[in-house]
Amino acid sequence: MSVDEVPVHSGGAPALEVRRLTVSYETRPVLWDVDASFPTGALSAIVGPNGAGKSTLLRAALGLIPADAGQALVQGRPARSALDRVAFVPQRDAVDWDFPITVREVVEMGRYPVRGWLRRLTGEDRAIVDEALERVGMGPFARRQIGRLSGGQRQRVFIARALARQAPVMLLDEPFAGIDARTEATLLDLLRELRAEGRSIVVVHHDLGTVRASFDWALVLNVRAVACGPVGEVIVPQTLRRAYGTDAVNDGAQDGELRWVR
Amino acid sequence: MSSDLIILLTAGLTATACGLLGPFLVLRRNALMSDAVAHAVLPGIVVAYLIFQTRAPLPIVAGAAVFGIICVLGIDALRGTGLVKWDAAIALVFPALFALGVIGISTYASGVHLDLDSTIYGEIAFAPFLSLDVLGAELPRTVVLGFAAVAANLAFVALLWRKLKTTSFDPQYAQAVDVSPARMSRLLLVAVAITAVISFESVGAILVVTLLIVPAAAAHLLTDRLTAMIAITVAIGWASAIGGLSFASAADASIAGMMGVVAAGCFVLALLAGPRYGLAARAIRRRRAGRRARVALGAAREAGAPS
Repeated sequence: MSVDEVPVHSGGAPALEVRRLTVSYETRPVLWDVDASFPTGALSAIVGPNGAGKSTLLRAALGLIPADAGQALVQGRPARSALDRVAFVPQRDAVDWDFPITVREVVEMGRYPVRGWLRRLTGEDRAIVDEALERVGMGPFARRQIGRLSGGQRQRVFIARALARQAPVMLLDEPFAGIDARTEATLLDLLRELRAEGRSIVVVHHDLGTVRASFDWALVLNVRAVACGPVGEVIVPQTLRRAYGTDAVNDGAQDGELRWVR
Repeated sequence: MSSDLIILLTAGLTATACGLLGPFLVLRRNALMSDAVAHAVLPGIVVAYLIFQTRAPLPIVAGAAVFGIICVLGIDALRGTGLVKWDAAIALVFPALFALGVIGISTYASGVHLDLDSTIYGEIAFAPFLSLDVLGAELPRTVVLGFAAVAANLAFVALLWRKLKTTSFDPQYAQAVDVSPARMSRLLLVAVAITAVISFESVGAILVVTLLIVPAAAAHLLTDRLTAMIAITVAIGWASAIGGLSFASAADASIAGMMGVVAAGCFVLALLAGPRYGLAARAIRRRRAGRRARVALGAAREAGAPS
């Protein structure tokens, strides 16, 4: 099975769904009673102000942080038991960049949960790794130590790792943070291609300006779920005002862009 | 087996056992765990003495191991609260345990010569005099223990290789693929504690602390691959053993001390002369880059372009 062939049998259930998800940090709620669902085969965004709980939602859904209440489902099954259906691209903050590991070895990590933590990687695994590297344009850098790459290149490697996992659902946590616009555009193109192949992708996104043009579905989040649905319905001034609390958002959306007005 | 060979094998096998775990300690910023264990074992020795009323090696080592494990798990738990970082956690736990040991000695064993040096810290020069009865044959004890430690750590690292690598490099990703970084941390630290306690008896505390850190720190400067890092760590460990023994014999000096000095020398060599990450290489690269930039600027200026 190549990196492009992805099992998509979700049986009609949303790719990712959270119900009444609540997470607090000490006394402060970070997520409160959040209901949201992200459809299969769509490129979805989670947007909202800083501290809105966007990253927390993905991490609580996967069980990386404990939730006070609620549940998360991946393709209709409890998320924690469906981790094999999910490829997660975490934020890059906890990674040890000095670690003696090459680009190829990072992508190989995507095969460990599939092949097992003891069995040797097969020729098929290696082919999948190679394909994933080519797909993100990092083939020539395969033997380079991970720290010796730019931010955009590193992010591509982590996306390749998620590709190598060959999971139908991909969750990306702020993949475009600290990345130049051109790399962001290239990566968005890649995500759109993956969506065209049937993968379901959910991205925590910080740039409201590009959401309507690039994504199909969005959750607007500010501790509570403000709105969840197709971008055309949800990324509109009324919803954004409720989420961001600003007084004026320009309705001039002919070019698909929303402009902030002070 | 000659005395020198026994000493060499003891040091080399200890270096190998430590060298399999050391790289992970260094990469995970846990390097001083070994020193912590070296101090934390004191209450274990006191407890073992009080219970078994003996200074024989087996109960002493067992007591030391128990407290060594308590020490590393305590440090790990403290750091796990998120309120204390590694260095502070280490500095909080082992002095407390050491103090407990001192109190224990002065209260319950003040008449007995009970301290780390006389009980658990060995001296490598005495290794040829310690033998172990294995199936009727008398074998040098430190060598047998050394082999056992190497075999155990080899199995540990081989079986958990991918999990150790993943949790050390990217703990959040590890969690997302259902591998617990917390559990890997505890397993690694317990392995370190046991290795350290067994090795204290053979080569003494300072050499164990050295062998767990210095070769790995040097290897980190010399390679971009984890497998190579482990191999280089073990190689430097053996070089320290061989070099240290040779110099100590020539200078009639402390063997363990010389081995430590050679290990430190290897690190300094790697720091200065490492091909990619060494200071000399960095200085050369920087100078070349500066020269290239000045040439390019000069050419641009001559061509009339705004610089």
